[in-house]
Amino acid sequence: MSAVMAAPQVAAAPPTRRNTELAMLAFACLLTVGAQSIVDLTVTGSLTVEVATFGASFTAIWAVAHLVVRKLAPYADPLLLPAVALLSGLGLVIIHRLDLAEQMDAALDGDPMPGAQAPTQLVWALVGLVLFVAVLAVIRDHRTLARYAYTLMFVGLVLLAIPAVLPASLSEVNGAKLWILVGGFSIQPGEFAKVALICFFAAYLVDKRDVLSLASRRFLGLDFPRGRDLGPVILAWAVSLMVLIFERDLGSSLLIFGIFMVMLYVATERFSWVLIGLLMFMGGAYLAYQAFGHVRTRVDVWLDPFAYRDDAGFQIVQSLFGLGTGGLFGTGLGGGRPATVPFAKTDFIAAAIGEELGLFGLVALIVLFLLIVERGLRTALVVRDSFGKLLAAGLAFTLAWQVFVVLGGVTKLIPLTGLTTPFVSYGGSSLVANFALVALLVRISDAARRPAVVMAPKTDLFDAPTQIVKRTQDE
Amino acid sequence: MTAEIVVQIFRFGFLALLWLFILVAFRVVRADLLGGRAKRVSAPARSAVASGRKAGRPLKLLRVTAGPLAGTRITLGGQTILIGRADDSTLVLTDDFASSRHARLTQREGRWYVEDLGSTNGTYLDQQRVQGPLAVAPGQPIRIGATVIELHQ
Repeated sequence: MSAVMAAPQVAAAPPTRRNTELAMLAFACLLTVGAQSIVDLTVTGSLTVEVATFGASFTAIWAVAHLVVRKLAPYADPLLLPAVALLSGLGLVIIHRLDLAEQMDAALDGDPMPGAQAPTQLVWALVGLVLFVAVLAVIRDHRTLARYAYTLMFVGLVLLAIPAVLPASLSEVNGAKLWILVGGFSIQPGEFAKVALICFFAAYLVDKRDVLSLASRRFLGLDFPRGRDLGPVILAWAVSLMVLIFERDLGSSLLIFGIFMVMLYVATERFSWVLIGLLMFMGGAYLAYQAFGHVRTRVDVWLDPFAYRDDAGFQIVQSLFGLGTGGLFGTGLGGGRPATVPFAKTDFIAAAIGEELGLFGLVALIVLFLLIVERGLRTALVVRDSFGKLLAAGLAFTLAWQVFVVLGGVTKLIPLTGLTTPFVSYGGSSLVANFALVALLVRISDAARRPAVVMAPKTDLFDAPTQIVKRTQDE
Repeated sequence: MTAEIVVQIFRFGFLALLWLFILVAFRVVRADLLGGRAKRVSAPARSAVASGRKAGRPLKLLRVTAGPLAGTRITLGGQTILIGRADDSTLVLTDDFASSRHARLTQREGRWYVEDLGSTNGTYLDQQRVQGPLAVAPGQPIRIGATVIELHQ
């Protein structure tokens, strides 16, 4: 083998871009505190000391995150954290704004004052930070995750299955059995299962990609896989159908199937997999439509929400009215009536943002997600190992797919499915799990942007050109 | 309640700041894309290439003349040289515009051939995009992204 003769180039250390991250984070915190102040000034007409404590704790969370990244992942992408910070900040502000609206409604009706949920969400952000730090501290090299692929699959499937086997009293909220309710706490294990399953898919597909992409038959100008290689796809399809049947969760079911198909496509570069996936999706969707009343309701409401405006379609109709009221520039923070949409803090938080910040605000939100996805996909392009590539692509796609499914539902582009808007919606499990997801992306992007270690030149004596040998003798 | 004018200032001011954040983020993305690219080096003069072509001695040395790995040399034996970002390549590129398995240099009957392995951004021999295997003359630049490779005797 020819030896690399000289690698004398000691390149100047590439920029880590941590200061860019710090500046952007400061900007994000400033925007969040500004938004919180605007809400308070517009709704109550006065600023309380709570704005300062909120601002201080929010800024502290991101300062810690930044310092940890500086220490543990110095070459990480500089835009991931600021984009996530701004999204979660906007989410907190909107949740606070909806708290205020609910409290005012309760005061008008003489109902008991509902508890504020924004402080709870801030605590969840803190828990998310702890997990973020833990992931970065424990997983020093993302490739170690590949070793635990089957463990992660097992964990993922168990997490998915727990709510299905628990009795309804411990797992059912609003007709969907996807919770674990323990002593006042509610956990949505599916959110964590999602991250574990993506790690498994990435490791599995890196292992099997050659079989899945090379062994094939040509038919109608496309390369189709052999029947026996369809096994894992059918399994993923079956699991997502199970989720749909036993937990009545259309969103997670769609999410898992979509993630698997896209990762399969990325791993094999075969268009036929996309075709197979679409056919299986259509088959599954048709079966679900025929078999399940709740799926049929969703589709019927989607086709004509105003026909059901007093019952099943009330939510989506209110959301559409909210978005319409918001128009291009919105009513201003605190100026609208976003609380009239049921579940405005969770599934329909995008409708609240669309009402108060308008189309421009909603598009800004989407662009922030796009930014995170772009950084994730770029990390996938740049990182050198196949597992990292597939994992980063899978994590980035998950965010994109989730945002598409939930925003598509809220704006009536596709039938409504119950999914949270990542980082923005109220809900501890979703926030904490997505913090872990970002920690993984940060870890992979650190590996991707870290300058390659230049090996000490190995000079095989037999391969060494004579003139170099001569020169060393002269000196 | 706050005065209407102040509410309007808040309303548009916040949206403007939100988009300013995105604009700044885009500038970071742009700097990131352009910053990593090494300066393009002009190809060596044609005459030098032409004179080198006539000599019949076998090629013994691969030299990277531009790009992040500039200065690297590999002694050519009979083995195939695999070029790409993948860790198992003979020449591991750190070029953002290179594919994992980008190109291959093979020797047949004393001549070296360059072959593109279905890369995204292509391989260029002189100014020509490599489609099938092309014979490489001494000193002829092979360009992959910002990296330029030459073979010498």
